[in-house]
Amino acid sequence: MQVINYISNIAMPLILLIILMHGLIEKQKVFDLFLEGASEGIKITLRIFPTLIGLFVAISMLKDSGIIDFITNLLSPGLDLINFPKEIMPLALLRPISGNASIAIATNIMKTFGVDSNLGIIAATLMGATETTIYTIAVYTSSVKITKTRFVLIAGLLADIAGILTSVAVCRFLSNGFS
Amino acid sequence: MLNMLWPTFIIGSIFYGIFCGDLNKLNTSIMSGAQDAITTCLTLLGSMCLWSGVMSIAEKTKFINNISKIISPIVNFLFPELKENKKIKKEISMNMVANILGLGNSATPLGLKAMDSLQKINKNKKELSDSMAMLILLNTASLQLIPTTVIAIRSSLGSQNPTNIIVPVWIATLVAAIVGVTSVKLFIKLGRKKK
Repeated sequence: MQVINYISNIAMPLILLIILMHGLIEKQKVFDLFLEGASEGIKITLRIFPTLIGLFVAISMLKDSGIIDFITNLLSPGLDLINFPKEIMPLALLRPISGNASIAIATNIMKTFGVDSNLGIIAATLMGATETTIYTIAVYTSSVKITKTRFVLIAGLLADIAGILTSVAVCRFLSNGFS
Repeated sequence: MLNMLWPTFIIGSIFYGIFCGDLNKLNTSIMSGAQDAITTCLTLLGSMCLWSGVMSIAEKTKFINNISKIISPIVNFLFPELKENKKIKKEISMNMVANILGLGNSATPLGLKAMDSLQKINKNKKELSDSMAMLILLNTASLQLIPTTVIAIRSSLGSQNPTNIIVPVWIATLVAAIVGVTSVKLFIKLGRKKK
């Protein structure tokens, strides 16, 4: 467990170090480049701001009206069978469809059950390990005006399911290490 | 997509709230949802800027170029169709590296450029070629080294150790990518047999 935590902890500083060293070796003005990108970051965040407000409201309404509990309870016999935490199901269903909606619902899960709780960690891992598959396929195929996508959607969703199940399994397995 | 999902969510919750749920709770959640969005966005702002800044250093230097060379054996394995087409291979590797580094903003244009070049050598312009299918799959696989957004959310919610999900994320992403790549390869093989 300690090794895994160590790798997790060193990954971010190490990448920072490599990129900065690379910039210095190429004799670039690294701080100017940094500032350029950072102000770009403000624009990106502001751009998703209205989307997130709309979605956070919708997601917290779904949650507090009780409808999410209703749906997950409907699905729970099947989920119990494969030992899948039903609280994660809404996130798993939305993840391939909308990136921002899944940010909203993942944040909600981390808040409700605790960010360092098992469910919170599963939600975070799932978010990091999967993409908005359906959206990505739409962007890539429509850019070249192709309508026959063959097996891509099935393959992408299979990968997502594998990623989701692995997230749950890995987090359960490592749960002793997180506390 | 959201034009359909968003109203469905809200209308669904209101109906459910009226008939079988808790209207009081629903009322408070309408207001608190908007507030939560503000706190999340504000806390995201810091790390988003930091990473965009760092990544713009990676973008403006030859960093992506250099890393692309390292992954060329993988690209050769994934795109056997392309054989000696170095130009497209380079575009694909740069797209992969941008994804791995979490450079969403430059990954998509690079990927679309590769799609464009692949379309030029595509025999059936209405159908995805094998290489195109593989490229799309790689882009749906979230091969990200540092899942910055999730880490930012975790730290905004006061996690003890926001980065400790990195290794679990790697494992899950890798399994997802392997399953995805294998199924694309299998589907390609099956398709050939049919013909």
